[in-house]
Amino acid sequence: MKRHLLEAADLDRADATLVLDTAAQIDQALAGREVKKLPTLRGRTVVNLFYEDSTRTRISFELAAKRLSADVINFSAKGSSVSKGESLKDTALTLEAMGSDAIVVRHSASGAPHRLANWVRGSVVNAGDGTHEHPTQALLDAYTIRRRLGRLDGVRVAVVGDVLHSRVARSNVWLLTTLGAEVTLVAPPTLLPVGVGSWPVTVSYDLDAVLPKADVVMMLRVQLERMNASFFPSAREYSRRYGLDAVRMAALGDDAIVMHPGPMNRGMEIAADVADSVRSTIVEQVGNGVSVRMAVLYLLLGGNA
Amino acid sequence: MAGSPVPVPESTVLLGPADVARVVDRMAHQLIEKAGDSLADLVLVGIPTRGAPLARRLAARVEAFSGARVDTGTVDITLYRDDLRLRGVRALEDTVLPPAGVDGRLVVLVDDVLFSGRSVRAALDALRDLGRPRAVQLAVLVDRGHRELPIRADYVGKNLPTSRAQKVRVHLAETDGTDEVLVTEGAG
Repeated sequence: MKRHLLEAADLDRADATLVLDTAAQIDQALAGREVKKLPTLRGRTVVNLFYEDSTRTRISFELAAKRLSADVINFSAKGSSVSKGESLKDTALTLEAMGSDAIVVRHSASGAPHRLANWVRGSVVNAGDGTHEHPTQALLDAYTIRRRLGRLDGVRVAVVGDVLHSRVARSNVWLLTTLGAEVTLVAPPTLLPVGVGSWPVTVSYDLDAVLPKADVVMMLRVQLERMNASFFPSAREYSRRYGLDAVRMAALGDDAIVMHPGPMNRGMEIAADVADSVRSTIVEQVGNGVSVRMAVLYLLLGGNA
Repeated sequence: MAGSPVPVPESTVLLGPADVARVVDRMAHQLIEKAGDSLADLVLVGIPTRGAPLARRLAARVEAFSGARVDTGTVDITLYRDDLRLRGVRALEDTVLPPAGVDGRLVVLVDDVLFSGRSVRAALDALRDLGRPRAVQLAVLVDRGHRELPIRADYVGKNLPTSRAQKVRVHLAETDGTDEVLVTEGAG
C-alpha cells in the first residue's frame, strides 16, 4: 500500500483486493466477540479533520481507529481557529506538531487532501473532498457487494442520480471498474459531468431500461445543498423519473440489491418501503464501513515506524 | 550484495515426511496422556500459517488413538504482534474458533517453530480477547531455543539446538507440498 489513501483511482486491483480481504479477516476475527478491540495501533494518534458536516463517516472513522486502540482527536472547523482565519496548512502543521500519525480529512474543496499530503509527514486519508472522491465509501460499497453477491467480477452496477455532484459516484466508478464490475450511470443529462464520455462506463437516461439487467442499484443522494441551478424541473418530476419505488424495484432480478451511501432523502430518490426492504443493504453498508476503515488504517499505519 | 555471486546457503533436512508423521503421532499420544479426563474439553488452536494444519493433524491423530472428538481452531496473531513497526504490515489470516468457543476449556496452542516466544505472547493476548479458557498449553513441532520471553512449550516434537544465525523452516504438505524440517546456515 501507499502511504496515503487519496483517491480510489490510485488503487490497483491488488491493493483494493488487499483492503477488502483485510476487512473480511477483521470482521471474522471480531465476530461474536465481547471485546471488539484490537491492540494493533496502540500509541498512534489519528486526527479526524472535518471541514464539512458528517455523521456516519466521522463516527465510522472514529470507531475504526478506537477499535484498533489508536488515540482519536476529532476536529471540526466549526468552533476552531479556522473561524479566526487559520489556513488548512497551518491547521495541519499544528496538529502534526502535536504528534498526529494520520489525518483523516473531509473538505469542501476538491483536491484538499492532495495538498495536505504534501505538507505533512504522516498518512492522509481522504474522507470526501468536494465533488472529487470519497474512496473509503467506494471500498465499503465494494465490500458490501462482494459479501452479498460473492463476487465483483462481471457484476452489473447501476449508479443512479446526481452523478455531477457525487464524489461517491466518482470513487465507485474507478474502484468498481478496477475490480471488474460493469458500471452504468443513470441520470438526467443535466446531472452528468461534462467529461463522462471518457469514463469507463456506459450512460443511460432511462432507469426503467437499466433496472432489469442490474445486479446492484446504487441510489445517490440528491444533494439539495449543491442544487444552485435548475438541474431538474421539480422534485416530484425527478422522483417520478429517477426515484426508486416499489414498482421499479419489482423489475429487478431475484438477487439484485439496493444500495445508498446515506443520508437518504426518503420519498425523493428512494421510497421508504424500498429503503427498508430485504434488498436494501443500507444499514449493512454502515456496519461494513467500520471494518473497511479499520483495514485501511491498519494497512496505512500498522507498519510505519 | 552486488557483483560477486552470493553462495547458496546449505540446507540440511533434519526430519523427512516419515519423521514428521512419527513426531506428530508421539505428540498426540502425549496429549491424550496429559489431558486425561479433560480430553472432551480439549481445543487445539493453530497459529497461522503452519500451526493451523498442524493443529488439524494433531486433532486427527488424537481422534484416531482415543476415539474422542477434538475441536480445532485457528487464531491469527498479526494484529497483536509487537514487531509490526519493524517488519511492516502483512496480510491477515483466518481466525476461526469452534462453535462451542474456548470458555472454560483446555486450549492447546499449536505452532510449527518455537523461537523467541513472541508469537506465543501475541497468541496469548489474542486468546484473552476471544474468551477465558480453563488452561492454556503450548505444543510445537520444533523448539529451537533462543527465547526472549519466559515461555516454554508443554509438548515438543523435536528439540533442536541452533545458533541464532541459522534458519529453521518447517514445510507441511498442506502449505508447501511436502513434510520436512530444514535447517539453513545463516549468511554470517
